[in-house]
Formats: sequence, C-alpha cells, structure tokens
Amino acid sequence: MILAGVSLTAEWVAPHHYAEQFREAINEPPSWRFPLGTDGLGRDRLSRLIYGARVSLLLAPLAAGLATSLAGFIGIASSLSGPWLERLLLVSTDLWMTLPWVFLLLTARALLPLDTEPFASVTITFLLLGLLGWPATARIVAARAQQISQATYLLQARACGERRHQLWFRHVWPNLRPVLLAQFWVLVPAFILAEANLSFLGLGVSEPLPSWGSLLRDLENPGALWTQPWIAAPAVVVVIVIACLHGVLPETGGRQ
Amino acid sequence: MRKHLRLLALMLACLCRLQAAGVLKCCLRAEPQTLDPLMVSDEAAELIRYLTSGVLIRINRYTQQPEAELAESWAVSSDGRELRFRLRAGLRFSDGSSFGPEDVECTIRRLTDPQLHSPVADGFRVGGQPPVVKILSGREVAIRFAQPLAGFERLFDQLSVVACEDPQGQRAVLGPYFIAERKPGQYIQLSRNPRYWKRDARGRALPYLDGIRLEIQPNRQLEVLKLVRGEIHLIQKLDPDFYPQLENKPGVRVYDAGPGFDAELMWFNQAPQAPIAEHKKNWFRNLAFRRAVSDAISRADLCRIAFGGRATPAAGPVSPANLLWYNRQLRPYPYDPVGAGQRLREAGFQYRGGQLYDATGRPVEFSLITNAGNRSRERAAALIQRDLQKIGMRVQLVTLEFRSLIERITRSLAYEACLLGLTNVDLDPNSQMNLWLSSGANHQWNPKQPKPATAWEAEIDRLMLRQASTLDRALRKAAFDRVQMIVHEQLPFIYLVYRHGLSAYRPVVRNLKPAGLFPELLWNAAELDLEPQSTR
Repeated sequence: MILAGVSLTAEWVAPHHYAEQFREAINEPPSWRFPLGTDGLGRDRLSRLIYGARVSLLLAPLAAGLATSLAGFIGIASSLSGPWLERLLLVSTDLWMTLPWVFLLLTARALLPLDTEPFASVTITFLLLGLLGWPATARIVAARAQQISQATYLLQARACGERRHQLWFRHVWPNLRPVLLAQFWVLVPAFILAEANLSFLGLGVSEPLPSWGSLLRDLENPGALWTQPWIAAPAVVVVIVIACLHGVLPETGGRQ
Repeated sequence: MRKHLRLLALMLACLCRLQAAGVLKCCLRAEPQTLDPLMVSDEAAELIRYLTSGVLIRINRYTQQPEAELAESWAVSSDGRELRFRLRAGLRFSDGSSFGPEDVECTIRRLTDPQLHSPVADGFRVGGQPPVVKILSGREVAIRFAQPLAGFERLFDQLSVVACEDPQGQRAVLGPYFIAERKPGQYIQLSRNPRYWKRDARGRALPYLDGIRLEIQPNRQLEVLKLVRGEIHLIQKLDPDFYPQLENKPGVRVYDAGPGFDAELMWFNQAPQAPIAEHKKNWFRNLAFRRAVSDAISRADLCRIAFGGRATPAAGPVSPANLLWYNRQLRPYPYDPVGAGQRLREAGFQYRGGQLYDATGRPVEFSLITNAGNRSRERAAALIQRDLQKIGMRVQLVTLEFRSLIERITRSLAYEACLLGLTNVDLDPNSQMNLWLSSGANHQWNPKQPKPATAWEAEIDRLMLRQASTLDRALRKAAFDRVQMIVHEQLPFIYLVYRHGLSAYRPVVRNLKPAGLFPELLWNAAELDLEPQSTR
C-alpha cells in the first residue's frame, strides 16, 4: 500500500524526473543528491524506481487479474459443463499453450504503429500478457473445480434440495477462490519480469519510461553488482512486494 | 650408457614440452553456418576459413598491405584485365597432396558455378562474366576478367584455394590449422597443419600452437567470466561495458586499438515508396533538417556515456583506422544546439512552447528504431532522444528484434529513422558499391532508385563507377575522397561515432599484435604461442 501510494504521488515524492539526464554524474554511487545513485545515462535510480512502480504495480496486477479471470471462467466452465464441452475447452487450452507465442508477439509488434506512446505500448504489452497468460491457470482451476463437483458435501447439499446457484455461491466459489487468488499473486511478479523480457521483441516499456522490469536489466551484469550493490534495489523492492503479496495468501485462505 | 640415454630422452621430452605450445582457447559467438570455405557468409565461418585456408594474396591485417601468400608474386596486364600468379614451389595440402595451378583453376570453376550460389563469387563476376583461368606452366596461372578489376587484392584475400580432390576443404587445407573435431553447439577443434609452408625468422615451422579450440558461446557475459577464470585465452570485439570490469582483473589484459572500422550512424527514411506520412518525408529530404539533427547531437557525450569513452566522434563513412582510404579533410560536426535551432527557423520551422512545428503547423515528431539487446546502442538512442528534445523534436524510441528491424529497413521500409552500426569488413571502396550506388539495395535512405533522386547522388554514382573502373590508385583515392565529402555535406547518413576496437587476453599468449581488421587478435594465429606453464 505504501509503495502504491508513493508511486501514485511520484511527481511530488521523486527527487527528479525519471527522464532527466545528469550527464556529468553517470553511474554515481548513492549520495544525498541521488539516494540510490545514477544509472549509465546519469538518471536518478530512486526516481526511476518510484515512477517504475506506477507501471509495474498498476499494470501487472491488472494483467494478472485479466489472466486469472479468463482462466477462472474457462476452468469452471469446463468442469461444470458436459463431457463434450469440457473436452473441447481443455483441448483448446492445451492448443493455446503450444502456440509459438514469440512469433505471434513479433506479429503484434509489427502491427503496432512505431509512434505508439510509451504508456500505450506498455499497456498493450500487459494486455497481451493477460490474454496469453491464462492457460496454465485454467488447467489448475479446472482440476480443482472437478474435485469440488465430485465432493460429498456438494452431493449432500444437492440431496438437501439446494438449487444450482445456491450450490455455486455457497460451496463451489468459496472453495475455488483461494486457488484463483494464489494464481493471481503468482502471475503478478511473473508478468513484471515477462515485460522486461518482451522489450527484446520491441514490446514493453520504451525509453525513457521506466518499469521495474526494465530496471532489473541492470542486473544482467553480475560483475557490476559486485562493484555497485545499490543497483540491486529494484530486485529488493520486487522481492518485498512479492513477499507482501504472498503474505496476503494465508489470510485469504484462512477465511474458507 | 643406458642411464645417459634415458637422461637424454628425458631432456628431449622436456624440450618438446616447452616447444609444444599447447592449445589456444577462445569463443565463437555463433555456430558457423557452413564450413565450406567458398560459401562463407557469417563471421564464425569467416574465422574458421581464415585459420584453415590458404589464399593467393593475403591482406596483412596489421599493415593493411597485400602480401604474397600461396602466390610468391603476381603481375597485372597492361589492360588491367589479366592477373598472372607465380605459385610457390613444393607446397602441399594438409593431407599430403601437392598444390598446383590446377587447384586454382578448380577453385575458380567451383566458385563461379551458378549452382553453388557462393556469396564470395559476386566480386569475381566482373561485368557479369566469370573469370577465365589459364594454366601457363607447372607454377604459373593467369586469371582473366571481362573488365579491369580495381582492388583485386581484397578479392583474392577472401578466396580460399581448395584441392581439386576435396573441393569442400574438409580434409585438405593450405592454412596453418585444419578442423580436427566438431561438436555442433559445443566447440570446433582446430589442429596444427604439419605441412603448413610458413617458417619463422629462425626457420622453425609454423604454427607454434598445437591447436585452437573454438567454443561456441553466444552469451558475452559468460565469455568474459571464462576469460577471468582462465578457461579461454582471449576475447575479440569486447563490449565497451566489459572493458572497465576487466581492466583491473589480475591475469587479464585489455587493449584499446583506437577507432575501429565500425561506425554508429543514424539515417532518415527518404524512400518515395515508404509507407510513412508525406510531410515527414519532406522533413527528411530537407538538408537543413538533417544538418540540424546532426548539430544537435553531442557526439562527445555519445562517446563518453554510451560507449564508456571507448569511441571517437565520427565525421564520415571511412574511419581513420582505414589508413588507405580515410579522407583527412573531414571533421566531425561540433555540438551546436543553438545553431541547429537557428538553422531550422531559417528553413521555415517554428517554435511554440518549446515544441518544433513545420511550416504547415505539424509538430515535429518521429520514431527512431534500433535493435534490442545492444546496451551501448540503446544508451546512444536515449541520449539522442534527449538531445533532439532540446531543439523541440519529439523522438519515439523503438527497440526491435534484429530480424524485424532488418525486415523494416530492407523490405517493408516501414520506419522513419534508424540508428544502427555499419561494419566494414573490407578496406576497399569497391566493397561498398551496393551502399553508395543509388540503384543499390543497401542504399539505405532511398534504396533501389531507378535513377538518382538528387544531383549529389548522381555524382556519387559517377565517382563510385569511376574509381571502380581504373587501376590508378591516386585517381581512385581522389574519387572516393569526394564521395566521402559529399556524404559529409549532404548527411544521408549522420555518422555519430567510430567504435574502438577492444579486446582482452591473458598475458600467457605470446606474439599478440592486435589489429583493427577482422580477426583482430587471431590474424597472425600461426605465430601465436603460449607460455610453457599454460599449456595444460
């Protein structure tokens, strides 16, 4: 929450603008002027981390929400439908997983105009991640929904005369929700990192807009990490965020 | 007596051990596409060709001068169309078979076979005709071309002579090494050719090394780690990012050879058929616009920040590293954002609220594409974006996967501006015909023109054809100097920096003489040696 608040007030909180280049101070160590030092172009690392949170903390959860929703819908539909539709949906899911996504993403990049705004480009990237990231989750949800549909407590509820929507809201959904939430929290960091990798295909964040994924690229050079340990700050923040997100899990699970 | 003999044998073994220089190890950054020396088109294959093949004339990578190799001498006929080579006597291929003029004939015949589609063959088809080979005697051979061939030495530097019995050069080679073992995706092991003809000044047979192991390692980070750990002996074409990292490592030396042959440049798409807005093409065709962009970019900052100080501001297409063809009159444009703004105003552009607008009121904004994954170039693009923002231009940076980028700049032409590096693998301007002729496919800013779009492009065409059709060195130099001057003035390519030739090696390697031309550290591989304690 604190991180989200800081990112939303970046204009006031960040010491400098994320694109400002201090060319006389490249790769500077931390100082009062640059609390996390500067990058290879003389840009303040702390300011870029704060502005980057805006992209990563807003768009990654949205994309994860989209992927989880799609997965939940398809997984539940396959387990609650008849065998013919179930088979069709699961085969479609498997087929979706085997498609050569790199080429499709390259095609998506080719279709995008080159003068697409950086924020629009990164939004489209996360949208693509959300649209592509559901199949594995759908498989897990389908398996869990299948288990629930064969559970004795559901049989008992049905025998007691509960209607279809009552069965769904009282028994199926409360048992599926922890699975969906867990998948959601797993997808958030995965998408943050995926966005960084997609920049190799020309998708993702373009200069000078920062994202946590693009900031993590500084860690490609382990030698630099040894001499400039402060460049690991984005990784530390990502770990803290993921730990916080996972900290939410037992609480949500415990309500069931 | 027996005791003495044993001692003598032991001493001889020790002496042999000292002389057996061991195996030099380094990395290839990609699997070679082919091992056929006549089909080489990629850098990995080119290195293997260089290390294993014999050529009639070799361009010395250090002096940049042609040297006699398999041919002990050569002469050009008075009409400039015929070359007569006198071959060295008593040479043998690595398999023991003898070398003679028949092998030269077989090589040319196979090279120019239309079925082979050899990338090397184009240069030999002068005037569209393959050369005619005539064996004059047991050691003499004449090669006749349809037209005079300027700069023929560089062509023969790329022509590996193959044996008639082994046209693919798999068993019989004339170079210092032969391919002993290959594991695709892992390594290529080259072994010393015991029948190599060269000897050192003291009469010792070359090469000194027992072999060279080329490990296939596309990851540059791992390549650097291997060097630090002592698992390989040298790195050619070191990234500037790794230079400071290796500078203070014990057991590793880095070498900056100064400006290399490769230049970083940007250009605007001026092709009439390009699917971009017409008003943008009008900006890009406007010399004042291009000159303003050039003036607004701080080349000194590019060198210092993007390339870590391992680059030099560029003035034109030929780097000062090219001793023969560099035009010494050219100077890089100085950084002058104020002058750039003034120039734009004079050309009809206007400023409103810090943003630049053209005469029709359209904001000046364009996209600049470059390839993803090259950190120095990505940094350069970000610096250019910021510099141009200072003169009111809005630049959208787009990093593309390399093949997508090539597709855009060569086929679809769906781009506005491009930042890329040009690699010069050849010293002679004839190798750049496809780049400078207006009809050329690599005439990037406006390729494949049916007739020159501008007067200065027509002049470049005339000058390039003139220099290609004469053997007079002074005339050729004057013509190509003028081409460089026109490019400098008209700025179809905005040359930014010349990257420095960087390399790193372990000091156990002896006789290294880093050169600017490929292969920078291995060009004298036959003379390289390892300290005795490092032969394990």
